[in-house]
Amino acid sequence: MGCGRVGSQLAALLDNEEHTVTILDTNDYSFRRLPSTFNGTALLGDGTDEETLRKAGLEEADAFVAVTQGDNRNVMAAQIAKHIFNVPKVICRIYDPLRQELYNTLGIEAFSPTTIFSRMLKEKLES
Amino acid sequence: MYIIIAGGGKIGYYLSKALLDEGHEILVVEKDAARRDFICGELGSICIRGDGCEAATLAEVGTGRADMFIAVTGDDEDNLVSCQVAKYKFNVPRTIARISNPKNESIFKKLGIDVTVSSTNIILEHIEEEVPTHPLTHLLTIRDRGLEIVEVKIPPDSTSVGKAVKELQLPPESVLSLIISKERKPQIPTPNSIIQAEDQIIAVTPPESEEALRTALRGA
Repeated sequence: MGCGRVGSQLAALLDNEEHTVTILDTNDYSFRRLPSTFNGTALLGDGTDEETLRKAGLEEADAFVAVTQGDNRNVMAAQIAKHIFNVPKVICRIYDPLRQELYNTLGIEAFSPTTIFSRMLKEKLES
Repeated sequence: MYIIIAGGGKIGYYLSKALLDEGHEILVVEKDAARRDFICGELGSICIRGDGCEAATLAEVGTGRADMFIAVTGDDEDNLVSCQVAKYKFNVPRTIARISNPKNESIFKKLGIDVTVSSTNIILEHIEEEVPTHPLTHLLTIRDRGLEIVEVKIPPDSTSVGKAVKELQLPPESVLSLIISKERKPQIPTPNSIIQAEDQIIAVTPPESEEALRTALRGA
C-alpha cells in the first residue's frame, strides 16, 4: 500500500523474485514509478477501505506492507490487514517514533525511518 | 467530567460549546492555528494547537486524567489512531470516534474503540425514513450482538408476493420477526405465512446479510 519511492521499489524487487504483487495507491500518477517490466497489479484505491483491500486480494495474501506518507493511514490499514483479514505478515512504516513504540506494543510490526535514519547518521558521524 | 476533543472543526466546536454548557471540563486539540484562535476567542482558553494523534501532545493536555476522549476530525484514520493512543497509552476509560465510512464501524469496534458515530449512517437513516419507497429501513442497531432490526416494504411487483415464508431464500442469519399487512394487522410470521403486496416486514439481521435479505424479499 503506497506506490511512493519505497513502495514502488519494494514492489519491483518482490516482483523480480517471482512473487505475486499487488500495489495500491490513491493516485494513479504514482504508478509511473513502477518499472515497465513490472508484472504485478497496480490498483487504484484507498488502502484504509476494507472493500478496496478485499479487492486487492487481502483474503489470500501472505504479507501486507503499508508505506504511504501518512502514519495513521499506514497504521489503520495494517490493523485491518492483521485483525480483519488475518494476513500472516504485516509490516508498516510510522515516522513518529512515539506512535511506532505504541503500535509495536500493540502487536503491529512497525518501523520508524526517523529513528533508524537518525541512529544511522549518528553512527556514520562517529565512525 | 474531563473530556478531550481531537479536532476543532465545526463538529468539534459545536460539541465543545454544548458540553461546556453542561458543565464539563473541555479541552480541544486542533492542528490549525486560525481555528485554535477562533475557538479560544469564542469559548475561552479551552483549545491548544497540536496533533491529537501525538502522544507528546496528549501528555501535555493531561490525557491521563481524562474521563472521555472524542475524536471528530474529518479523517477516519486520524480518529482511530488518536483514540487508540488515548486508550492504550493513557488508559482513557471511554473513547468515541466519528467515522465517515460506515464499514469502519465494526472495524473500529474490533480495534478497541468504545463508541463510533457514523455521520453517513445517521443521515442515511433519516433519508430512509423520509423516502417512502426506500427498500430497506434501519430501525435499530443491537451493537453488542452485531445485529440490526430493519424494515422491508413489499411492493406489488416483488418476487416474494404470494409465497410462503419457508419458500423464501432467506440468508440463514436473518429472521423475520413481524409482518404488518396493509390493513395494519401485525402477525408473527410462521413458515406457512404468505407474503402479500404492501406488507411491511420487520426483520433481525446482521448488517452483512442485509443485501441478501432485501433480495429474498423484493427480488434482485
